[in-house]
Amino acid sequence: MKSVTGAHSGTGMWLLQRGTAVVMALTVPWLAWRFATAVPLDYATWRALFAPLWMRLVMLLFTVAIGLHAWVGMRDILMDYVRPLGLRLALYLIVIVTLAACVTTMAAALWGVQ
Amino acid sequence: MPPNRPVYLNLFRLHLPVTGWVSILHRLSGALLFLLLPLMVWGFALTLSSEAGFARVVAWGSTLAAKLLVLALVWAFAQHFFAGLRHLALDSHWGVSLKSARRSSLVVLLAAGGVVLLAAWGLFG
Repeated sequence: MKSVTGAHSGTGMWLLQRGTAVVMALTVPWLAWRFATAVPLDYATWRALFAPLWMRLVMLLFTVAIGLHAWVGMRDILMDYVRPLGLRLALYLIVIVTLAACVTTMAAALWGVQ
Repeated sequence: MPPNRPVYLNLFRLHLPVTGWVSILHRLSGALLFLLLPLMVWGFALTLSSEAGFARVVAWGSTLAAKLLVLALVWAFAQHFFAGLRHLALDSHWGVSLKSARRSSLVVLLAAGGVVLLAAWGLFG
């Protein structure tokens, strides 16, 4: 049976990491500019920024990009420093659940669920 | 089994070339960003949830602790971002000579430092 921690995932991961990096490198300055030009902020103006559907989709996709990018990075770190397989897989799971929670929290916040 | 190499974390005895510093700081800043992400997402959600939530975050944001946290976040992001751009450049085979690599490393460190100073000025100035 092929090992789940075996070879041949590297190139895909590398591409995912670089792809999400490019997406974020373009999105962050744009978002920073949008937020900076909206200042001074009150609750109403802040909420209004995220009212358009396209803006909510951008924010959600941005969070997904962060999640995928962070996953590849954390996987690299754990692979380098955590040798025991069981412990490493458990930490992978914690990282994945954390990132999934971030994405779903973002979706819930943007679509107004309390 | 790998040979027994000396391991020490005595900061005064660590010697890394500038390229090595950028490399480890890229990893460290990335890990820090991951650790801070849940807090950032939760805070963002809070600002959108209600008038009270928004006010709470804004109020907390003016405390010293919050400003230091934001500064740490700015450093982590700037360091990771600029080192990341350098990585993408190297991927495209730009700047791979030793001299260029050292120079671009220095640029990354200075750029990140510059951004942090700007942020500090904005937060505390």
